Amino acid sequence: MNRAEEEKAVFSRKSLGFWVYLMTDCVLFATLFATFAVLRTATAGGPSGADIFDLQFVLIETMLLLTSSFTVGLAVLGAERGFKKQTIVWLIVTFLLGAAFLAMELYEFRELIHEGHGWQQSAFLSSYFVLVGTHGLHIAVGLLWMGVVIFRLLQRNFKETDIRRLSLLGLFWHFLDIIWIFIFSFVYLIGGMA
Amino acid sequence: MKKPELHTRHSPVPYKSYVIGFILSIITTLLAYFFVVNELWSTMVLVYVVLGIAVVQLIVQVVFFLHIGRGSRWKLVTFIFTLLVVLIVVVGSIWIMDNLNYNMMDMTPQEQRQYMSENQGI
Repeated sequence: MNRAEEEKAVFSRKSLGFWVYLMTDCVLFATLFATFAVLRTATAGGPSGADIFDLQFVLIETMLLLTSSFTVGLAVLGAERGFKKQTIVWLIVTFLLGAAFLAMELYEFRELIHEGHGWQQSAFLSSYFVLVGTHGLHIAVGLLWMGVVIFRLLQRNFKETDIRRLSLLGLFWHFLDIIWIFIFSFVYLIGGMA
Repeated sequence: MKKPELHTRHSPVPYKSYVIGFILSIITTLLAYFFVVNELWSTMVLVYVVLGIAVVQLIVQVVFFLHIGRGSRWKLVTFIFTLLVVLIVVVGSIWIMDNLNYNMMDMTPQEQRQYMSENQGI
């Protein structure tokens, strides 16, 4: 086996390992979803989902994240074909979209806490904040990772290892988008019904 | 003997795949949103419709963005196993807790304990 083939084999193991991590993360989110589903009616006299969710606001959030999932895909495709400039531009677009999403989510949290509907108020709000907050934390970590990748690409030459790391980042970001689709459907659309 | 080359299997993913996935995701998201905002059906029907659309979008994204069929076979195996665990955790929790809530409706903790010892032998 020559060096290139060996590297490829090592990467395919790394890629599978990362995939298994994503799958365990799925289970983590599943437990939080189950908690939310069970506690969604436990409002303890406080507001229910229908009272506090602004669906239009959340739809914009969803579109931002969906578009960022598309642009990170374009960055990965550009990298596979060796277009460095294209990769950096799409990564920066993805970063901005992701940051806008996170800012909107934090704004939503701030408003809720400001109105007195913090996580202490009811079991429903606790489970809501933990589920959506855990997703937000993942987004924040993804943004940090993306920042490091962009910085490295700007500083150094494009290497084979960069392309491979980038594909893992892409996988992570798509995964977060899929989780968000379920938060959008399960928590906001269904949880927001009267 | 020379090994057969496997270039076709590892060729880069085409752009088309992402564009189709993106458009389908946007359509499904907007569809679910409009159904709920306009309250086209009763709540119970809407819940199933929204869940159905979410599953469709899951399939779209897994196929067009995550390319589950490409690369290692273990990817698919671990994915299906995880789906199984997720379904057991979520559906199982909802099922059990809803039954519990239904059976224990409008009772103080003391009444609950009495009810359980009389009827369930706990």
